[in-house]
Amino acid sequence: MLRFLIEKEFRQIFRDPAILRMIFIMPIIQLVVMPLAADYEVKNVNIAVVDHDHSTYSRQLTQQITASGYFKLVAMPASYTQALSYIETDEADIILDIPQHFERTLIRENEAPLHMSVNAVNGTKANIGAGYLNTIIRQFNTDIRQHWLQLPRHSQQPQILTTNTNWFNVRMSYQKFMVPGILAILLTMVGAFLTALNIVREKEIGTIEQINVTPVRKQYFILGKLIPFWVLGMVSLSLGLIIARVAYGIAPVGSLPLLYAFAAVYMMAVLGLGLLISTYAHTQQQAMLIAFFLMMIFILLGGLYTPIDSMPHWAQVITQFNPVSYFIDVMRMVVLKGSGFTDISRHLGIMAIFAVVLNVWAILNYRKRA
Amino acid sequence: MYSITAHNISKDYQNGKAVVSALRDVSLQVKAGELFGLIGPDGAGKTSLIRILTTLLLPSKGTASVAGLDVVKDFKKIRQKIGYMPGRFSLYQDLSVQENLDFFASIFNTSIEANYHLIKDIYEQIAPFKDRKAGKLSGGMKQKLALSCALIHKPEVLFLDEPTTGVDVVSRKEFWQMLQHLKQEGLSILVATPYMDEAALCDRVALMQDGRFLQINPPADIIHSYTQPLWSVKASSMYALLQHLRDYKGIDTVFPFGETYHITASHSWQSPEALQQYLQQLGHEQINIQQITANIEDVFMHLMNQPHD
Repeated sequence: MLRFLIEKEFRQIFRDPAILRMIFIMPIIQLVVMPLAADYEVKNVNIAVVDHDHSTYSRQLTQQITASGYFKLVAMPASYTQALSYIETDEADIILDIPQHFERTLIRENEAPLHMSVNAVNGTKANIGAGYLNTIIRQFNTDIRQHWLQLPRHSQQPQILTTNTNWFNVRMSYQKFMVPGILAILLTMVGAFLTALNIVREKEIGTIEQINVTPVRKQYFILGKLIPFWVLGMVSLSLGLIIARVAYGIAPVGSLPLLYAFAAVYMMAVLGLGLLISTYAHTQQQAMLIAFFLMMIFILLGGLYTPIDSMPHWAQVITQFNPVSYFIDVMRMVVLKGSGFTDISRHLGIMAIFAVVLNVWAILNYRKRA
Repeated sequence: MYSITAHNISKDYQNGKAVVSALRDVSLQVKAGELFGLIGPDGAGKTSLIRILTTLLLPSKGTASVAGLDVVKDFKKIRQKIGYMPGRFSLYQDLSVQENLDFFASIFNTSIEANYHLIKDIYEQIAPFKDRKAGKLSGGMKQKLALSCALIHKPEVLFLDEPTTGVDVVSRKEFWQMLQHLKQEGLSILVATPYMDEAALCDRVALMQDGRFLQINPPADIIHSYTQPLWSVKASSMYALLQHLRDYKGIDTVFPFGETYHITASHSWQSPEALQQYLQQLGHEQINIQQITANIEDVFMHLMNQPHD
């Protein structure tokens, strides 16, 4: 009995060009385009420098800023007011105001003020840009000091030199970080939303009613839906991993079977979610809206873009109920860090609970009659 | 032995705060091997009753049984024994004719061959299109396929919800011939239809309105129960005629009926000649007044206008 239901489902899936496109083209586009475009590194911060000093030091500082590669000097206006107009027209993101007698004060009094104004409309850019600028200025400061104290071979002044190494992602490649996360989102789409839409479609067309008057038991009907989409999810994951390998050279450091094992449990949880949505929605539109709403939360509170650790506490609590956050975490752990079974066993356990709760809830809520 | 019984079935739907009653205390018994018609306008409650009997809907009150099994308690067993064809085409449009049939046969644990004699007549007509997707079939073909799928497991009782709505006249005729044939095979059939002319083809019909049965009788009895004299009236200007007939004191009711109006006499009725004269005075031409025998629709119209308790 179950075999016929699964057979029918596959037949319909392979006959529906839209679903095939969703499954095969979506991952390719998402994985090829998104990690390249959605880069978190901030480049091209537009800066306007107001140089009231016109000294060697002020020129040196300006030069160092533009040479860093992160900043684009858009103008060197004569006054601060003039510079502010650049911010107002959105041509500049940051104004650096070098006051008069900057060099003189610095030499004489051993310190000199600088003024920085940041356009905070785009919070991320402003934050990171200001951070970069601060680092450059600090560097500039150290250079000058070293220059003055050049004479003694061995500097008596103790200095701390920081060098850092990036573990697990040596070049801090943004793609390496994003691709596993996007894969997790992809699997969620296939698992939860295709399933929900598929079942709701049967409701809409009325075929579910024809099935309901047959002796097919609801467990079989549900399994007949879940198994094909579970398989599709795994195919989608494999495809994604191949793309990650070919396009970005990301080969999982950890064990591939472990990754698949977790994905298998994860798929069961999201399939349960899809099923649950379908028992509440009566039309495909409703299902779509619910899916969109959940997807937004899943992505924004899933740690794909913003680290969960930097969220407020209440948001961190919410992320604990977000299955996607666990999968993104596990993907990154296994793919980048090479975590083993014991490292992800807690995730696995929680995911199993998700799978059981969502599926039981969905099955209880699915009725063959009103 | 009754294949379908219903006792005092009521069904209420909650619509916001208001309660809509789709069925009010209806009872019926369908004998084994009977072709039973539920006749009534849209919204009469036909579909609700069928959905209760096919175990898709729970009644608010009352009990019902199909093939000797209770529709609430033994719904699983009933599903083995009934065939159901919903009003809307509910097969997989993206599967072919053959695939649909195979699928429904296999989920009933049977095969097309096993009960081929039941669907032979119907299936032969759709066989030339067996590789076509069900969604691409014409309306009549869809109905035949749906009927085949409903019959594939050799049900004891067949439920058809408006099977001929939206189907052309020829296909409708063919469809009813098939039902007659199935009846001879021993199936009990309950068919709901808004078409009055199809009522005459049933063994017995229940006239339904507003969730109530107005009458349950063989179609001939229903027609005989109608004793009022009836005339059909026709003239060149039909629209003006309707108004004038309604104004005429000797007439009780006027209903449009195809190309004519059917009228019943009130107590101040004199004679058809008097009516003819009245209409001529109003300038009507080609007036044609004939006494006719009532058909189901006349009876139904008449019953509908009776105040019910």
